[in-house]
Amino acid sequence: MNRSAAPAPRPRRYTPGRAAFGVFAVVMTVIGWVIEPIQRLIGVRRMPWVFLLPNLAIFGVFILFPMVMNFYYAFTGGTALYPLERPFVGTQNFEQIYACGNYLNPATCNEDLFWRAVWNSFTFVAFHVAGLVFFALITALVLNARIVARGFFRSVYFYPVLLSPVVVGLIWKWILQRDGVLNGILVSLGFDRTLFLLNADWSMFWIIVVTIWANMGFHTLILLAGLQSIPKELYDAGSIDGTGPLQSFWHITLPLLMPNVVVVLVLAMIRAVQMFDLVYVLTGGGPGSATLLMVQYIYEVGFASQIQRFGLAASASVTLGVVLLIITLIQLRLTRGSESHLA
Amino acid sequence: MTQSARRLLAALLAALTLAAGAAFAQTELRMTWYDDGSESEVMSELVERFEAENPDIDVVIDVVPYSSGILESLPLQLASGQGPDIARVTDLGGLQEYFLDLRPYLDDPAYWDANFGPFHDWMRADGSDAIPGFMTQLTVTGPYVNATLFEQAGVEMPGEGATWEDWAEATNEVAEATGVFAMAMDRTGHRLAGPAISMGAQYFDENGDPIVTDDGFRRMAELMVDWHADGTMIPDVWIGSQGSYVAGNEQFVNGQVALYMSGSWQIGQFTELIGDAFDWKAVPNPCGPDGTCTGMPGGAALVGIADTDHPEEVARLMDFLAQEEQLGEFYGRTLFIPGHLGLAESGVDFDADLPATQEALSQFAAEVPKLADAAYALQGYQYNRVVFDATRDRLTQVFVGELTLDEAIDRMQRDIEEQIAEAQ
Repeated sequence: MNRSAAPAPRPRRYTPGRAAFGVFAVVMTVIGWVIEPIQRLIGVRRMPWVFLLPNLAIFGVFILFPMVMNFYYAFTGGTALYPLERPFVGTQNFEQIYACGNYLNPATCNEDLFWRAVWNSFTFVAFHVAGLVFFALITALVLNARIVARGFFRSVYFYPVLLSPVVVGLIWKWILQRDGVLNGILVSLGFDRTLFLLNADWSMFWIIVVTIWANMGFHTLILLAGLQSIPKELYDAGSIDGTGPLQSFWHITLPLLMPNVVVVLVLAMIRAVQMFDLVYVLTGGGPGSATLLMVQYIYEVGFASQIQRFGLAASASVTLGVVLLIITLIQLRLTRGSESHLA
Repeated sequence: MTQSARRLLAALLAALTLAAGAAFAQTELRMTWYDDGSESEVMSELVERFEAENPDIDVVIDVVPYSSGILESLPLQLASGQGPDIARVTDLGGLQEYFLDLRPYLDDPAYWDANFGPFHDWMRADGSDAIPGFMTQLTVTGPYVNATLFEQAGVEMPGEGATWEDWAEATNEVAEATGVFAMAMDRTGHRLAGPAISMGAQYFDENGDPIVTDDGFRRMAELMVDWHADGTMIPDVWIGSQGSYVAGNEQFVNGQVALYMSGSWQIGQFTELIGDAFDWKAVPNPCGPDGTCTGMPGGAALVGIADTDHPEEVARLMDFLAQEEQLGEFYGRTLFIPGHLGLAESGVDFDADLPATQEALSQFAAEVPKLADAAYALQGYQYNRVVFDATRDRLTQVFVGELTLDEAIDRMQRDIEEQIAEAQ
């Protein structure tokens, strides 16, 4: 009987895909050796906590612990760095900050520079956020239209976001200083030299302009994504009904873009309240204290003085934290509101 | 070879390897340094010579910016016990608690006492005999003038004994004729202190507590306010910032001011950057109404840090650098006024061909005997930076109209008292 021979086994071929799978299998097996006993011990329902543990540990060490320490420092005095060496002073630091004849007039406050920083921050945040949202929206609308070299312009507007705030500050300082580029141009055209960074009003104006310029690209991108998700059919339908461009914007674009606008608004506001690096390089908080913002005040009280008043700086930080918390709560409220409206 | 013999051989080899490794292990010392000019280059060469003679020690020099690195970050590093082994500092009194006492580790502490003794009091607690380090430079504050601008304007330079008002008048004439600013002053209360003491400021009351409320200080403060209001002072330096030190050297180097109030540490930089591009010279400190014409003493010191794990190696390096041969070369090449009494007496061979450099060095040396007692007292005061920072920042607020001078002086005094109370 002629029995056909069994086919010879094919030689194994080691491809990169197989090798990667092998490595993956080994790694997962090792993880299994660790995870399975834990699962047997605590049960499946509690396993998510195990997987969350690395992130919780990072959050705890780098965010929660510093927050708790900051809160603790706010109720201590002296100049010692280590917590246990610092005497408990109760609310003394807060009293120091909030002792004020008239909050609208920093000169009547015990810690006048803090209140100057607070009011400067209010002015800065209001104009910065309004300007940022306005210009980001305009830019996003333009970049969403069919214009020549659209890809190029999208890159151009995003480019400043990639720059370090310190570099942005130095470049603009070079442009705006008394003998800088802008004054060079103005003088050559026959205008008077203007003290852009040495005059209180001008310097506030310029930190708003420069921070808008530096951050606009990122927010434009968010709004552009929102614009692109609006169905074109709505505009077509509006067009059939005789809607003009302005009406389209008010009745179609803006309502549907509102969730993105809210995100931009809140992100811009949080970033503005935290502003430090760019302004510190550009004006150093001056002239006088005209552009001194809250974070710079905290930095100077806590770190830049010979007597480093960590307690006072921490209590100012707690105040700033409360402001940011309020802004975040408003964001949550607005976001929910806009979501339910859309629903 | 039996198995036990093999094991024994392996153990011996391992022990020999470890011993050899230990024998060649280097102790790393970190030195935090800042530059006024390019003196880190000179220090690096001296350190290389030390390393050649001491192959068991490796020295790493970290050159950091003065304001953010030395004034702001270093105190925090020291407070947290994470500082370097050696540092070049200017806040000699304020940081004294972190300095290493080199005395127990030195072969010849008498050499240090004899040559650096008077300056050690600036960097140690009252009554202590600690040897924390040595002065890398002594400094004296005083003005430089752009003589070329005076010549171009046809204005005669005020001579010895001229007052600050005389200089303001003369430099304003120069400014008017040449289109530059009359004066610049480094943005620090230290630079302001010399002129203020000349005007009669004492800076301390009868109890030894710091004050800025006397008439002498007010006179100088009023002059500063007037000079900023009428455009005598270039606005970029004092008005252009908040809360930090700013130097006016760029404006002087670029020929934008007729007079620049700074100090002896600029000589090296001006020699390098100005050279003979225009005629520059150091002039005597202008006087106040009662004929006091003082600047401020000061300086930078290289100190060991008490938290070091290698105090003996630190002392070995410090002792090498503090010897006349090394220090003489350092002062000579960096054009710093020597903070070594032996070298000050015997003279330093300064590496300066430029006549302006030689004259400036002589001029600042001539200022030393004229320094007022109040200036020495303020320089030696542990919390002098609190006084300097308060006067600097509050006066700037007056220049821009945020405070009146009365309010500013009131705030300065309050800032000083509150901060010192916090430290105590």
